[in-house]
Amino acid sequence: MKLECKHVWEHISEYIDGAVDAKLREEIERHLEHCEICSAILDSTRNILVLTADDRTFELPVGYSERLHARLAKELEEADKEPRKK
Amino acid sequence: METKATTEAGLIARILAGEKELFHELIRPYERMVYLTLLAIMKNEAEAEDAAQEAVISSYRHLGSFRGDAKFSTWLTTIAINEGRKRLRKAKASAEDSIEEEVEGQEGDYTPAPLTDWREVPLEALERKELREALRTAVAELPDLYRHVFILRDLEELNIEETAQAMGISVSVVKVRLHRARIMLQKRLVPYLKTTAPARRGFFGRAL
Repeated sequence: MKLECKHVWEHISEYIDGAVDAKLREEIERHLEHCEICSAILDSTRNILVLTADDRTFELPVGYSERLHARLAKELEEADKEPRKK
Repeated sequence: METKATTEAGLIARILAGEKELFHELIRPYERMVYLTLLAIMKNEAEAEDAAQEAVISSYRHLGSFRGDAKFSTWLTTIAINEGRKRLRKAKASAEDSIEEEVEGQEGDYTPAPLTDWREVPLEALERKELREALRTAVAELPDLYRHVFILRDLEELNIEETAQAMGISVSVVKVRLHRARIMLQKRLVPYLKTTAPARRGFFGRAL
């Protein structure tokens, strides 16, 4: 059975996650072999995900960790004085 | 063999037994995750940081109620999401709740943007600062429903089940939202890459 591009697009997210069954995966891969457009769409989507997971894309505010632990230290100190909440 | 989970369970037990200071160590690997979860919800850095602190404190106070049946990271993410939602509710009265109830079946165009030259874009193109910025903007502008799922799954790299659990929605809803978020981003970023990347091809050095 020949897959249409649109059908491949519908499953692109699950395909990337490796969540399509073996039969569908094989069909998609066969389609990708000869379809430049779908291959490019797949690559571009994958690249966006690589970029998203890159720590430099979404950075933490400068000093975030220090402020967090300072606040936490204060909380731990105060917890000594009053009984712990459940 | 000491896995991450057993180390964590050990840490938690010791904290609950009185070695409170160890909580610093327990939370450190998840600081980034807590912040990004709240940034996804609050869409404002200062508010996200404030809420992240609150969520961490709350997780400390409620650590006794953590059960080992969920992963600590998922449990913590749920606390962060709740903190974010609580703040949004306060800020926007009840308007925000109806957004969460939105139906999935809404009409929309979730067709990716076709392109043929992406594969020629060198991986070095991904090093470009402008591209990162474009991606940050595109993610910030995703509809809330889709952004939340996308951040948990693709930024914090929770799996589908963990994302569903943390958000209190079904696995199939996670899949639909994730698919739409990814396609929307692909669509947003492709024109940007098409117009800028090929022209610059060959100019990217290896140096960072």
